[in-house]
Amino acid sequence: MVRNKTGNRAGHRHLRTAFAAMLLGPGTALAALEWNLQTPVTPVAQQMYDLHAFIFWVCVVIFVAVFGVMFYSIFKHRRSVGHKAHQFHENTTVEIIWTVIPFLILLFMAFPATKTILAMKDTTGPGLTVKVTGYQWKWSYDYLQEGFGFYSNLTTPLAQIENRAPKGEHYLLEVDKPMVVPVDTKVRLLITANDVIHSWWVPAFGVKQDAIPGFVRDTWFRADKPGIYRGQCAELCGKEHGFMPIVVEVKSKGDYAAWVSAQKQNAAAAGDDPNKVWDPKDLIARGEKVFASNCAACHQANGKGVPGAFPALDGSKIVNGPEAAQVALLLNGRPGTAMVSWKQLSDTDLAAVITYTRNSWGNHTGESIGPALIKTARQ
Amino acid sequence: MSSIPHDHATGHAEEPPHAHDDHAHGPHGGIMRWVTTTNHKDIGTLYLCFSLIMFFVGGIMALTIRAELFEPGLQIVHPEFFNSMTTLHGLIMIFGAIMPAAVGFANWMIPMLIGAPDMAFARMNNWSFWLLPPAVILLGVSFFVPGGAAAGGWTLYPPLSTQAGMGMDLTIFAIHIMGASSIMGSINIITTILNLRAPGMTLMKMPLFCWTWLITAYLLVAVMPVLAGAVTMLLTDRHFGTTFFNAAGGGDPVLFQHVFWFFGHPEVYILILPAFGIISSIIPTFARKPLFGYASMVYAVAGIAILSFIVWAHHMFTVGMPAAGLLFFMYATMLIAVPTGVKVFNWLATMWKGEMTFEAPMLFAIGFLFLFTLGGFTGLVLAITPVDIQLQDTYYVVAHFHYVMVAGSLFAFFGGTYYWIPKWTGTMYDERLGKLHFWGSMIFFNITFFPMHFLGLAGMPRRIPDYAQQFADWNMVASIGALGFGLSQLIFLYAVIKCIRGDGAKAPAKPWDGGDTLEWTLPSPPPYHTFETPPVIR
Repeated sequence: MVRNKTGNRAGHRHLRTAFAAMLLGPGTALAALEWNLQTPVTPVAQQMYDLHAFIFWVCVVIFVAVFGVMFYSIFKHRRSVGHKAHQFHENTTVEIIWTVIPFLILLFMAFPATKTILAMKDTTGPGLTVKVTGYQWKWSYDYLQEGFGFYSNLTTPLAQIENRAPKGEHYLLEVDKPMVVPVDTKVRLLITANDVIHSWWVPAFGVKQDAIPGFVRDTWFRADKPGIYRGQCAELCGKEHGFMPIVVEVKSKGDYAAWVSAQKQNAAAAGDDPNKVWDPKDLIARGEKVFASNCAACHQANGKGVPGAFPALDGSKIVNGPEAAQVALLLNGRPGTAMVSWKQLSDTDLAAVITYTRNSWGNHTGESIGPALIKTARQ
Repeated sequence: MSSIPHDHATGHAEEPPHAHDDHAHGPHGGIMRWVTTTNHKDIGTLYLCFSLIMFFVGGIMALTIRAELFEPGLQIVHPEFFNSMTTLHGLIMIFGAIMPAAVGFANWMIPMLIGAPDMAFARMNNWSFWLLPPAVILLGVSFFVPGGAAAGGWTLYPPLSTQAGMGMDLTIFAIHIMGASSIMGSINIITTILNLRAPGMTLMKMPLFCWTWLITAYLLVAVMPVLAGAVTMLLTDRHFGTTFFNAAGGGDPVLFQHVFWFFGHPEVYILILPAFGIISSIIPTFARKPLFGYASMVYAVAGIAILSFIVWAHHMFTVGMPAAGLLFFMYATMLIAVPTGVKVFNWLATMWKGEMTFEAPMLFAIGFLFLFTLGGFTGLVLAITPVDIQLQDTYYVVAHFHYVMVAGSLFAFFGGTYYWIPKWTGTMYDERLGKLHFWGSMIFFNITFFPMHFLGLAGMPRRIPDYAQQFADWNMVASIGALGFGLSQLIFLYAVIKCIRGDGAKAPAKPWDGGDTLEWTLPSPPPYHTFETPPVIR
């Protein structure tokens, strides 16, 4: 409970701000509270923003008119002021009027909305195409023309989520490797998923597209302003659904070109020698990192899993049994369960994480698995 | 039937003598009365009590959700359990609270409103009710099986729901059972309304509540089998190797969404149309004027029901439909605003130049009108596809459907309870408690759900157990409101229990001077059997 104390105090401060903001009205509150759609940075998001504002004000006008009538009636046509009921109950003319007028108002709303829909769906002529894949629970970005790709994992430390450390500015909205795109360029996204349905959403771009396993959907955006834009997975995808943010960095065209060539060099350099013989200590240290970013969400950092949902690795028969079975499980997954195939990890990463699990918590097999074994098992 | 003991002499003094007096019989004593009853009033009571219990069960789940969301960080529950809470809260409130409450109102009131002696299929009526407890027991048990209760949202989208543990199978069976119950209840209501009306009670003379229920019952018969089909395909995908929703075998996960929402959108109207009927009974009574535009109200309900079959894909604007699909479903969805507007305008015209008083039923009816219309406006905002792209699966949607489901259906059921509980129990409810309950609900409802519009606009996804810092303020406000809303419902519980225990003024046959429908011609409480001789309708 002690650890919650600072959190509570911060909470009270938030609350006071909220009430103060409500009293002072929207003008002063904008700094403290979010009221409206995020500032758009693409033409489509701008159209969505304007469309929302237009419809909002039309609704406000109708609302005030309709309920003005209702409250007038409530105050004037009540028994306590001596009003007597008039027994009318039909009038075809007014029925026709209040059917036709709303219909006309709807036509006025439908026209601009139609134009935006057509713009939104026009994915032709992109300057850059990026394939986006949703995983439980992270995103990956593949730059198809450039020939490299990477995963993008949440970097908010567990300590912040569990209230053991103060929360950072971009709590839950920060990743290790953001997607990077050039400014003023039509970026076409090919969106799919590896396991369950996710949804790729960046509010400032006005893009929300479900990622559907087995199918590729496309959408696009053209960012007007360099900057860092943040979003989240918008479709419930399991227990870490709230923990798979999207961060897009929009760079100037020059910076983007430099970033691309750096990525290409890294991709070439990063390939580990699969025949390298590792010192078990280094392998375990690397395995711990791989475990934290890929496995701990289900099997937990302490290897105990979640009883009933995700099996414990600590004391597990597979982890303490023959190594070939564990390698096969990681490469193929277990169909019908949340344990998917992890063959997209490198041989070294897989070897490291297997070595780590076989020599951590209560597991003391003392074995060190080399990348070469994984390479053989893949064939 | 003749083996059941006769005790028609007790408490039936007001019943007019009739030819079949010897066959009239009262209830069994004790618990068997409720297990074996075929009486529409008893079954109505069972449905209403069941739904009240489920309302509190679902409410506790809602408060668990709001407690976890009180501030950023994980404090109270694990994410997996949080997801079970959102899933079960939805399922229990829809299938356990709102739908049974509506059927409870139908059981109690439809026979008394059309001058029928009972429901058409009295034994099936018993069966439809008694299917519900096993269904919720399955849902309850699912918390204790390996893998825990269903956690994929009440919409059960695969492949997430294919991944889940045994809790999902129990949920699927529960849905099957509840669906069977709903279909039987609907067949009963349709048959009762079409065949058992008193002589002279033409369809266009029926109180609007009967009309809205007749149309709701047709919707139920049409779409509950569709839901059953969807979850059965899910079940075979999970266990028998089919691949309806799995691309690896030639299926499509989005197929489930199409089938589900073909059920799901009419379902939304199933939840709200009976509430429209109750509001259409309350407003004329307290305005002391006949309902304005009765015929156009009937046509509007029918229009809403028909349109509800061609708008389903507006729940899935982000799956990546072609432009033509987006345009069709946007236009069709916007059209629903027309008949809904007609209903609101007619209710206002009913109030106009009336002689209004503001007892609890009327307060809830006005609260309904005000907040349901607000929910209608946000529905219109969401119908606009490009705006929906930004708002789909955010708290804006959560705010929208709680405005139409809680401030809509639930407020109407509260109003209906205060309106008819003097008839059901023979005891007037405590007006002070009723008013307190209304203002508590009204104020805390808005504190809870109004800020959710801002959260959704600002970009907070729904169904997340933890959130970024910029959403902290409004979430805290919403959580405080939720606690207040939950506590306000204890006032309702107390007021209802007081009536059941007979603690209050004795209700006259017609407690509301503006009421002119058939139920007010009966004593309060009505005898166990009513209208065994049909009333004469002029």
